[in-house]
Amino acid sequence: MNVDLGPYVVEVLSAYAGGIALLLGLIVASVLRARSVARRLAETEHRREVRTR
Amino acid sequence: MFPAMSSIWEYANPRRFMATSAWLLPWVTGIAALCLIGGLIWGFFFTPNDFRQGSTVKIIYIHVPTAIMAINAWFMMLVCSLIWLIRRHHVSALAAKAAAPVGMVFTLIALFTGAVWGQPMWGTWWEWDPRLTAFLILFLFYLGYIALWEAIENPDQAADLTAVLCLVGSVFAVLARYALVFWNQGLHQGTTVSTVGVGVAENEGVSSVFLYPMLTSLTGFVFLFLALVLYRTRTEIRARRLKALIAQEQMA
Repeated sequence: MNVDLGPYVVEVLSAYAGGIALLLGLIVASVLRARSVARRLAETEHRREVRTR
Repeated sequence: MFPAMSSIWEYANPRRFMATSAWLLPWVTGIAALCLIGGLIWGFFFTPNDFRQGSTVKIIYIHVPTAIMAINAWFMMLVCSLIWLIRRHHVSALAAKAAAPVGMVFTLIALFTGAVWGQPMWGTWWEWDPRLTAFLILFLFYLGYIALWEAIENPDQAADLTAVLCLVGSVFAVLARYALVFWNQGLHQGTTVSTVGVGVAENEGVSSVFLYPMLTSLTGFVFLFLALVLYRTRTEIRARRLKALIAQEQMA
């Protein structure tokens, strides 16, 4: 195991932290939008079913 | 004549796409998580420092895969855009739309990790080097592409215009990949990962201690891209249906 980052601690850690944070942001944004769209679609389809019944 | 080829177009059917992607998604996500987490842990904790670059070489496990995927995401959008323009398959247009933010974030990560790597190694965060500049323009194209989808109300018209923008932007995706071959100048080094046919001697490539974890991480990023595109395309298909249902409600 080698975690001796020497004089570049800040550079290496900020590259990892920044990269991982951006990825997580993308994943969270995708999930939130997917859920909101799925919920609104289910509501709208339900309304339509009630109407046509 | 080509039974296998004719069946690929069945996925243009949204219902068919939803069924297949629902089945595929857990597998693709699993492989992505495994390779990405495995590759990054391997790279960060279990590789030596480079004799010239010190520990900054660890940035390669994020920088190179995201840069490769930033370019390939645009090419995937190009293929989808062409399928839309030629065959009018809505799922294809929606897949291109779904991929854009993913490619945009990958480009941003490549630019950011490149800057924090360039600072200690080149003594500068940024340089107007052909490759760096091509990536910056590619990033701006991603922003423009996403903005254009949002700006146009009619979905078919939005798909047409964004497809044309994607064709134009492909020039910069190609430049980002081959800028070094074209100009042979600037700070950024040439490719040392795939050394086939680009004039890099065998022993100048990336050493295998760094290469294998990098390839694992790259596999992770490829599958992460696939997983996010499948997932987000499903959302776009639902959003399209939602819009159609709401329009019907308002007509009634």
